[in-house]
Amino acid sequence: MEPSELVVQMKGITKIYPNGIAANRSVDFSVRAGEIHALIGENGAGKSTLMKILFGLELPTEGEILVNGEPATFASPLDAISKGIGMVHQHFMLVPSLTVAENIVLGMAPRKSGLFIDYKEAVRLTMENAEKYNLHVEPDARVADITTGMKQKVEILKALVRGARVLILDEPTAVLTTQETVGLFKELKALREQGFTIIFISHKLNEIKELTDRITIMRGGKSVGVFDTDSISEQEISRHMVGRDVILTVEKDEATPGEVVLQVDDLHYVNEWGKRALDGVTFSVRSGEIVGIAGVEGNGQRELVDILFGLRLPEKGDARVGGKSLIGQPQARIRNLGVSYVPEDRMTFGIAETGSIEENVISDRFHHRRFNRGPLFRMKELHKESDQLILDYAVLCKARSQEVGMLSGGNIQKVVVAREFSSDPILIIADQPTRGIDVGATELIRKRLVDLSRAGAAVLLVSADLNEVMELSDSLIVFYEGKIAGCFDDGLWDDVMMGEYMLGIKRQSDEEIGRASYA
Amino acid sequence: MLEQLLNSILKADFLFAVLRITAPILFATLGAVVAEKAGVVNIGLEGTMMITALFGFLIAYWTQSWILGVLGAVLVGALLGLMMGFFALKLKTDIILAGIAVNMLGAGGTIFLLNMFTGLRGNTGNLVSPNILIPTISIPLINKIPILGEILSGHAILTYLAFLFVWLMWVLLYKTPVGLNIRAVGENADAASSVGVSVLKVKYIAIALSGAMAGFGGAFMSMYYSQGWNSGMVAGRGFIALAAQAMGRGEPVGSMLSSLLFGMAQALRTKVSGLQGVSSYLVAMIPYLVTVIGLVLYSIGQTRKMRKHSIRPVL
Repeated sequence: MEPSELVVQMKGITKIYPNGIAANRSVDFSVRAGEIHALIGENGAGKSTLMKILFGLELPTEGEILVNGEPATFASPLDAISKGIGMVHQHFMLVPSLTVAENIVLGMAPRKSGLFIDYKEAVRLTMENAEKYNLHVEPDARVADITTGMKQKVEILKALVRGARVLILDEPTAVLTTQETVGLFKELKALREQGFTIIFISHKLNEIKELTDRITIMRGGKSVGVFDTDSISEQEISRHMVGRDVILTVEKDEATPGEVVLQVDDLHYVNEWGKRALDGVTFSVRSGEIVGIAGVEGNGQRELVDILFGLRLPEKGDARVGGKSLIGQPQARIRNLGVSYVPEDRMTFGIAETGSIEENVISDRFHHRRFNRGPLFRMKELHKESDQLILDYAVLCKARSQEVGMLSGGNIQKVVVAREFSSDPILIIADQPTRGIDVGATELIRKRLVDLSRAGAAVLLVSADLNEVMELSDSLIVFYEGKIAGCFDDGLWDDVMMGEYMLGIKRQSDEEIGRASYA
Repeated sequence: MLEQLLNSILKADFLFAVLRITAPILFATLGAVVAEKAGVVNIGLEGTMMITALFGFLIAYWTQSWILGVLGAVLVGALLGLMMGFFALKLKTDIILAGIAVNMLGAGGTIFLLNMFTGLRGNTGNLVSPNILIPTISIPLINKIPILGEILSGHAILTYLAFLFVWLMWVLLYKTPVGLNIRAVGENADAASSVGVSVLKVKYIAIALSGAMAGFGGAFMSMYYSQGWNSGMVAGRGFIALAAQAMGRGEPVGSMLSSLLFGMAQALRTKVSGLQGVSSYLVAMIPYLVTVIGLVLYSIGQTRKMRKHSIRPVL
């Protein structure tokens, strides 16, 4: 192929963050003029980092970028924009109280008599471009009042008005309804016909098959390969995407499940973007077993966990522990029912960053009688308790009085699990319990989860780490678009099979899915 | 007694007083509005008014020109704003702390400066002369209208300027590119910087404008309202302005209305304290009580709005 056909070439891109995490390892990525190119990969595969580098939001540690065959360095998004590269972020870069036209001309507002904004000109410019690119928006509407679909059009227009020839769309359909997605695809195809190049980040296979010309698949920070969309099957994509490089094994005894502890019945939830995040989810978790929830992020897992811990209210449905409903209950009551929670966002929901280790580990039990004498704490008892937990969970620290925020990620998470696992829970909800932490802490947390379940606790494990859910779980539930796509309790699962359910290629019959519930 | 009070309120001179008393609050409120729109909390308005009131008066005294006095006060106010901006935006101190520092400087530093420059203690006493005070003007035609003329005509030039600034501020915020940038930066700085708007520059502009507004307010206080500078003169107007901004939802016109409410409360205080058998200490509370009640009502409104969202606040 002639190099001139390639509008963007990224060669040997490596990005190592200051904390030592390598997000990209010598990635080659190139896009032809006038194509829609899919960039696909699991969460954490390095897609976003690669695109941030292309848009000037991050500097690569190594590697070079060529735009239209010429070397380019992007120190800021403005450099990228001046080279004709525009990006539509997942979180829109719009100002809600301004009108559509004002958002579009922000930073380059047309003037009249030198001093004032020529608002009419702004509207005209908006209309003209909306017409030209077939992206219909209402120039006078305030952005706060328009639909998500229209916000996205405004973002695309914003990039086009600034002269973008290459558009990066970061998971554009994650926030859209089905109809809006159909509309977006039409618009993108029309843009392709006008000669624009589009980089489309997604992990939805059906969309990629429908829309794109070529696919670059990423896994573990590397590019696995580039394919023509027509010549690769969904199964092959899935295998490249979710294949495991290292197989993890966890030693555990056979589970002997007992009574149902958590019963989730027909949960429905519409999230803040008006998207049906949970669409009739029913399953049980029994004592003595680990039930894993697998799935690409953004398929309803986050909302499920929030509902179970009283952080969101479902539209319909119920979740009960020992027969008592969790819906809308205060967290203290949910904890009193014997529920423990290891949150995904440990810095916000897991710990108080500036508190000491001791204060953090006792924060769920300081009111117990054994720690109090009248209005005062029995400090000796508190010290004894926290020292014991620090020891049990091998928290690496100078003293119990050390600030938690100063610890490493792994040790912070150990503080969280020390508290959550030591309160004799009957149900543990563990949401991404080992994300981004070191191997030692990961092993300890996984082992404790198995031990607790074998001692009779019910464990609900939500994880985007396929290795983790596949190896730890006694039975597995796969989420896809707010529904259970499959459930497995025989232990005979592999990554190819998981990939197919996670990406919506396959779905079990309702009858099979019904096995997830024992009620 | 009530009758006596009503009689004194339902008179043109009461409404005249309301406008006169509102003017300095309004200047400071507009300062709060422009800063808040850019996402900067200028809690230093009180101190800025104290300092600019002193400098405005001194400059007018030295030059024997009220115009130079006002301009000097405005310049000093803008510089104080830039100084706060430098601390907060460049040196990354908390903007609230920077504001408190300005307020403490205003409370203590002014007395020191006055003493250093003039040898006087606590007030400017006999330095006052008519040609350094802001002149009043009577508006032709309008001053002929009964009642309305008595209310609207004969104010200081700066009083009219305060109300003119409400409109100018609105034009600035809503009709100029600078205003568009200010609003964008205050609401979503990432969005603004992603299209090449310099967030830092916009914030500096906004806080300098905010200080300049407080400078007008300060000059009005020392060069018209109190006819000279004294240490207890600003009396919380800079803080009342923050309340007026919040109650006016940060909009120029809304904030003008809430400033008028506070101006009215202050005017009422002077009327009530003239009555017999009323504790003057109790009466002195009126403007501040109105401020507290106003803020409570405002917060209730805000909380109601928030409850509409389905996600419960958990933190």
